[in-house]
Amino acid sequence: MNLLTRLVSVAVLVAAWQAAAQAAGSRLLPAPLAVATFIAEEAARGDLFHNVGVTLLRVGVSFGLAMALGVLLGVALGRAKALNLALDTPLLVVLNTPALVITVLAYIWVGLNETAAILAVVLNKLPNVAVIVREGARELDPGLEEMARTYRFDRRTWIAHVLVPQLQPYVVAAARSGLSLAWKIVLVIELLGRPDGVGFAINFYFVQSTNVAAILGYSIVFMSVMIAIDILILQRLQAHVRRWR
Amino acid sequence: MSGAGAEPTVLRVAIDRKVYHPASAEPVEAVRGLAFAVRSGEIVCLIGPSGAGKSTTLRILLGLDPDYEGRVEPDPRTDSARPGMVFQEPRLLPWRTVEQNVRLAMPRARRGRDLDALFAHLGLAPWRGRYPGALSLGMQRRVALARALADEPRLLVLDEPFVSLDDAAAASLRGLVVETVDRLGMSVLMVTHNVAEAIAVADRLLLLSARPASLVAEVTLDRPRQVRDRAWAEATRAGLAAAHPGVIAE
Repeated sequence: MNLLTRLVSVAVLVAAWQAAAQAAGSRLLPAPLAVATFIAEEAARGDLFHNVGVTLLRVGVSFGLAMALGVLLGVALGRAKALNLALDTPLLVVLNTPALVITVLAYIWVGLNETAAILAVVLNKLPNVAVIVREGARELDPGLEEMARTYRFDRRTWIAHVLVPQLQPYVVAAARSGLSLAWKIVLVIELLGRPDGVGFAINFYFVQSTNVAAILGYSIVFMSVMIAIDILILQRLQAHVRRWR
Repeated sequence: MSGAGAEPTVLRVAIDRKVYHPASAEPVEAVRGLAFAVRSGEIVCLIGPSGAGKSTTLRILLGLDPDYEGRVEPDPRTDSARPGMVFQEPRLLPWRTVEQNVRLAMPRARRGRDLDALFAHLGLAPWRGRYPGALSLGMQRRVALARALADEPRLLVLDEPFVSLDDAAAASLRGLVVETVDRLGMSVLMVTHNVAEAIAVADRLLLLSARPASLVAEVTLDRPRQVRDRAWAEATRAGLAAAHPGVIAE
């Protein structure tokens, strides 16, 4: 039933798109079939897989780094008051700096290379993860802390069975919101200074020929990949960490 | 089990003074000159008005609060023998099974020991693989009791362990505690504000004053637990209420 509702909703969306394209009759609003044709041709040339693969790799590496560092920073901030006070303002500054500014500065200071691209995504994403995980580390159940101290839980036991389970919902929430943020930023970074990837391709078709079918095609393919990752990996992870509820 | 005084002491507490310093208020003196001991194999109940510093006293003797004047022997911060503690709330790890909750609270070296008898005795055998969220409060308290008993401590500390249970669940859990500690020869220190409950199980009552908590009286209940009937309990309670109107209500 759920699946059916979803399918109907997608079908209605595609039909509306088809109708709008027909009414407009313009190259700037191509019909679904034109987009599908572009995707097939681009796939046949091999460009599609190359660009999507490169972007996926960038998203994966920067997302992984941002999650790992952000979780560590978030736990430290949530547990150490002094550190939190010292880093709260810098964190707010980075959190409120536009992604575009961080990206441009990374390219200027580090150079037009892969390191700068990854660094820019990590810097954009890390403060979000840290702030979400900080909330989790602050909300640790004081009753369980006393219990753990009374029964002299050793450090390993405490981390594995008291700390981590309490952080898990926050980490998964940060991962899910962060993954979509990360790939959106990666596209901007590719557009600004990389010779390949989905962002580069979209910019190329825009500047070269305002090929809207190409822009929509790339966008749909990459979006589908990210939604698949969310459903197949992250939502399952979330269900797994909530299994005891 | 009458606490005649010949048995060795398993816990000696002497809190000269415990003062809380709230950030934006006057200091509060929670405990002043409270001293008592628990001897081997006896059940001691700590009774006092709510907010009297009973929980503060427990936190100090568990080593959770080092900021006080006085001493606890054996020192909970250095002694390797930890008392088994049952908190007022069960304080189980909701993301771990019943069995994991019990085993994780034991020292690593003894975690693998056979607990079949313990789980069976407490009626928890069918629940070992379940998460605490699937259990009633009464069953969760049993798990907390299993966790406290698993490492066979010399002293079991209970903080209002039977509150918010219906009478039947409270009575069955109380029966289990008494029967288990008698069988294993453990000592019990139980904090409660339920006088009837204390009269039913204790060898000795320690009556505390209102804050700052100090010892008002020490009452030894000589009659063996098995022959304590309703009339005796009523009479004992009435006698206590007459002698200590500030601590025990009519």
